[in-house]
Amino acid sequence: MLTTQNTQQQDSLSPAIDLRKINKSFGPVHANKDVDLIVAKGSIHGIIGENGAGKSTLMSILYGFYEADSGEILVNGKLASITSSKDAIRAGIGMVHQHFMLIENFTVLENVMLGAELSSSLKESKISARAELARLSEEFGLAVDPDAITGDLAVGLQQRVEILKALYRGAEILILDEPTGVLTPQEVKQLFDILNALRARGVSVMLITHKLQEILAITDEVTVMRGGTMVASRETSKTTKQELAELMVGRKVLLEVDKSVAQPKEVLLEADNLTIKDSAGITRLDAVSLKVHAGEILGIAGVSGNGQAELLDVLSGIIPVQEGNIHLNGTTINAKNVLNAKDFRHLSLGHVAEDRHKQGMVTDFSARECAIMGFQDEPEFNGRILMDNKAVTDHCVSLMEEFDVRPANPHLKAANFSGGNQQKLCMAREIERQPKVLLVGQPTRGVDIGAIEFIHQQIVALRDAGNAVLVVSVELEEVMSLCDRIIVMFEGRIVGEMAASDADAQKLGLLMGNAGSDDQASTQGASS
Amino acid sequence: MSNKTLPTWVDVGVLPLINVCLAFIVSGFVILLIGESPLEAVKYIVTGAFGYDEGIGYTLFYTTNFIFTGLAVSIAFHAGLFNIGGEGQAYIGGLGVGLMCLSLDSFMPWWALLPFAIAAGGAFGAAWAFIPAYLQAYRGSHVVITTIMFNFIASALMVYLLVNVLIEPGSMAPQSRSIMEAATLPSMQNLFAAIGIDIANSPLNVSIFLAMICCVLVWLLLWHTRLGYAIRMIGFNENAAVYSGINTRRIIVITMCISGAISALVGINEVMGAQERILLDFVAGAGFTGIAVALMGRNHPVGIVIASLLFGALKQGGAELSFENPDIPNNIVVVIEGLVILFCGALTLMTKPSMEKLFLKFYAKKENANV
Repeated sequence: MLTTQNTQQQDSLSPAIDLRKINKSFGPVHANKDVDLIVAKGSIHGIIGENGAGKSTLMSILYGFYEADSGEILVNGKLASITSSKDAIRAGIGMVHQHFMLIENFTVLENVMLGAELSSSLKESKISARAELARLSEEFGLAVDPDAITGDLAVGLQQRVEILKALYRGAEILILDEPTGVLTPQEVKQLFDILNALRARGVSVMLITHKLQEILAITDEVTVMRGGTMVASRETSKTTKQELAELMVGRKVLLEVDKSVAQPKEVLLEADNLTIKDSAGITRLDAVSLKVHAGEILGIAGVSGNGQAELLDVLSGIIPVQEGNIHLNGTTINAKNVLNAKDFRHLSLGHVAEDRHKQGMVTDFSARECAIMGFQDEPEFNGRILMDNKAVTDHCVSLMEEFDVRPANPHLKAANFSGGNQQKLCMAREIERQPKVLLVGQPTRGVDIGAIEFIHQQIVALRDAGNAVLVVSVELEEVMSLCDRIIVMFEGRIVGEMAASDADAQKLGLLMGNAGSDDQASTQGASS
Repeated sequence: MSNKTLPTWVDVGVLPLINVCLAFIVSGFVILLIGESPLEAVKYIVTGAFGYDEGIGYTLFYTTNFIFTGLAVSIAFHAGLFNIGGEGQAYIGGLGVGLMCLSLDSFMPWWALLPFAIAAGGAFGAAWAFIPAYLQAYRGSHVVITTIMFNFIASALMVYLLVNVLIEPGSMAPQSRSIMEAATLPSMQNLFAAIGIDIANSPLNVSIFLAMICCVLVWLLLWHTRLGYAIRMIGFNENAAVYSGINTRRIIVITMCISGAISALVGINEVMGAQERILLDFVAGAGFTGIAVALMGRNHPVGIVIASLLFGALKQGGAELSFENPDIPNNIVVVIEGLVILFCGALTLMTKPSMEKLFLKFYAKKENANV
């Protein structure tokens, strides 16, 4: 820690990070092509780009997970050889991963010092770590109770622990990979306050995200990556959302969903007091009632893990109804009349799963096999004994054509398609039959901006054809722009409902954190 | 994007071959270590397995058993189930085959009896697999544990039956009476004699054709039927199967029953074909070898045939080896088999990264040359 401070004094003029002509290939895939990047000291630098643009590869090179094929890394003006994360930490680089690297049943203090203990005696290490942690907390305004069990903390606080971990190891340069994915809008604001405090004390921050509004809100400079190259660097104050989006995609994009006012008609799907307990007896869904009308898109907002997944599962027949009723197209489903996912499909319900890799497709299957999931027993795909493999392939080809899935190769393994194309294939499979009711979980998770536009159009088209759509999304902007009516879920309950035209991020955010009460209490508890 | 994957022919062809070669090289060192010549050992094994017609007969006879058990393990594996119970299922299946033969052998010839024997054996084998399958699907008891237990139960049950119930009156050996000549499967020797070719006697019989038919049927089942689609989907991703409206519990039970029924066909080869009676421990480890065969054959019928042939040759050639050179203990073949399993099963992926690198280098060169 002392050495990095010395070097900082020596080269206070040189940039924190200076990447020169970084190249990295994975076989024939050129993930980084002659990438140059300069991050000024004490600044927040945003890096945006679509999936597969090379952001993660570049950060992995900087943090020592990969070694660059060619190019130089200069840290504080000095040539650094970074071949492992140890080297990166020694050079003063810290990283906060998208998925936290914390041990949930350790205390905050134990997590922070893990792997960086000062002595072989645990007691001594704890004493010195506690003092250092207190100093850091005070200096950067990062209040966390060092003796709290990490798993009990709110997600926003766990992220603080990650940041403290990096600072404890002497990080002067902090890389944050998609840090806001799991946070409520209020927690995002707190994070940005922390980042501002870090910047004020000379820490350089690199923020990797695909959310344009965050880039505009917090960064000083922004770099756009596309197809493995740096396509542009801008001063944040001199750019716009539209310009950044176009730079990312390489063409004009529509950021707002283009749709007319909804014309809701009869109720096609109704949930009536649905309650679901998991195998441990914990209530996951608590007396949820809702109606979805023909010709409207109902959005479910909420921080992920508040019952949305269970709601989708029970409404699509993946888990059986335990208490309450579902009325779907005139059929009532309840604990006495249990139907499985196939029966739900026969009642004209389509379901695009929240998580493609866990539910919506089999990544080891070929695209053609994925294209009939849920419809494998339909007569059109079956002969008397054997499956009609040609019909299956033809079906997949026509879906790929209709939804512009690339590459249009039905025999390619599903895992080898990009996220956007996987999602298009899943959407195509469900929408092609024009279901009366469509459930969509996270319509655009891990999907490129170009494909987002297309997917939104398809959902709106289905609505305009007089069908009911229920969308679950953790992206507030998506819920607000795509849906006609919004329901907010918190801890398995519905805590609010409003027309999309009345909604704003502030209102929804308060509801998502249940008026912020629980989160604020835990934050304050930790800081006192 | 992920061009890091190897082409199929490298993955299923070259990699296993390298693994087998590595296993043989290490085996060679082991033989060297006990002071014998590896080259001589290779000579004995190869000539023992393929050098003369009787040897070939024995090799193919063992191969037949391994194809049945290998297919059985692989079909369960496609559903994500590790069926260790092939041994017991084959044993009980053989009991079914034997009982059917013993009760009908005075009434009909072998070709009329065969369908009944297959049905009875299949039913017995399936029933023996059904209980662990049910416990797995509906009670959550792990199929690995329960099938191992059922191997022991099968073994004890057969000892009891052969000693107390099925034993030929007046005999000291715990085995049933012989099945009548006309009701046993024709040996390959007889078959060849009928078309005028004279070959040496061996236990090889028409069951090998049944094994080939089974390979085709399993291939059709897995990749050309709805059931196979469901089986493979459960194996890859059970959540996706539930999402697709598949009754996973039912499919798990059905898959295990099919697996047990295929294992039981060892009984056709052994009881109805070779031994012509029910006797103690006729399965002789074929059920366990089937696990190695399925692993090495990458759970594909073609791979299973090739792997079965390798293990069949090792078994026959190994017996020949210890016969020709008593200084090399019989157990050395078990060591070789173990090494093959180690390299093809546990260490399958050991050579993969370096192969990937090598291949990608080659690929990149070709790419550059094209540009």
